[in-house]
Amino acid sequence: MNCIIIDDEATARTIIEQLCSNIPDINVLEAFPNAIQAIKYLNQYEVDLIFLDIHMPDFTGFDFIQTLKNPPKIILTTSDAKFAIEAFEYDCIVDYLVKPIALPRFEKAIQKAASLKAVPDLTPVSETVESTNNNDLYVNIDRRLVKINMPDIYVIEAKGDYINIKTETTNHVVHSTLKKIEDKLPKTTFLKVHRSYIINTTKIVDIEDNSVLIKQDIIPVSRANRSELMKRLNLL
Amino acid sequence: MEQPNLSYIDELSGGDEAFKKKLIAIIKKEFPEEKEQYFKNFGAQNFKATAENVHKLKHKISILGLEKSYKIAENFEAGLKENSTVGHEAFHETLQTISDYLTTL
Repeated sequence: MNCIIIDDEATARTIIEQLCSNIPDINVLEAFPNAIQAIKYLNQYEVDLIFLDIHMPDFTGFDFIQTLKNPPKIILTTSDAKFAIEAFEYDCIVDYLVKPIALPRFEKAIQKAASLKAVPDLTPVSETVESTNNNDLYVNIDRRLVKINMPDIYVIEAKGDYINIKTETTNHVVHSTLKKIEDKLPKTTFLKVHRSYIINTTKIVDIEDNSVLIKQDIIPVSRANRSELMKRLNLL
Repeated sequence: MEQPNLSYIDELSGGDEAFKKKLIAIIKKEFPEEKEQYFKNFGAQNFKATAENVHKLKHKISILGLEKSYKIAENFEAGLKENSTVGHEAFHETLQTISDYLTTL
């Protein structure tokens, strides 16, 4: 199931992403700090499941649901049990998780979502990755070849059968593998630092023992890749 | 007074030290911001906004295993919605306890 997370609290988004990482059938495509950004995303992409915080400033989870014409399955996440009755007035809401969420309860919610009527097959968000000249990378998104300026990419993250290419201005979810895109990227600037991450080494803000900070993303660095990363740096 | 702990975070991380470090870093960044916003609204007697801030802070309180403080926060939040500040001293104490604890991580 392809899912997105909507929660104004970074801590909560990170926790749900971690809980999802324990479940092989769940693929987190994106996490949003507010409903508006999620609506823009959903205008472009289909998802199977949304983890939705009810209690957000300006635009609550319930407001958000009412904007959706064909809402996917939704699992509500909240610190208040008191919204439960209202929640189940919506057919799309399959479960209601009270924070802090423990893994066994989370797994149960996922099983519940998975056991409900299957969502129709998704049109692949994107299927191919091709590069032409030194700086351009083309990805096939909804049968359009979209150009990405490679120096703008700061990290690429593997997410199940997809990769998420993060650039200075936007993210592109592509049905591809890290291996495939790694072959298209200039080896002088891009480095695979973890089985799930390729980074643009020119975008590094700082490095700790087993992680690098790129923009606001903390990327894990595996022990095997750390020495290669250190070789690439202009160390004083 | 009960003390914060990392039991939930440890359980969640399942031994994944990189994740644990990442989550703690996020909490250490987010908590002071939320606390500052809370005191700003509380000082301005904007109790509706203060209740929103308490609501958000409650999650951090529960993540850090402060069960009694969570109940205090819950009651305080409900009171703020009725323009009552009863329980604010205990809540402020909780915030200070968490701030102190986060400096040790």
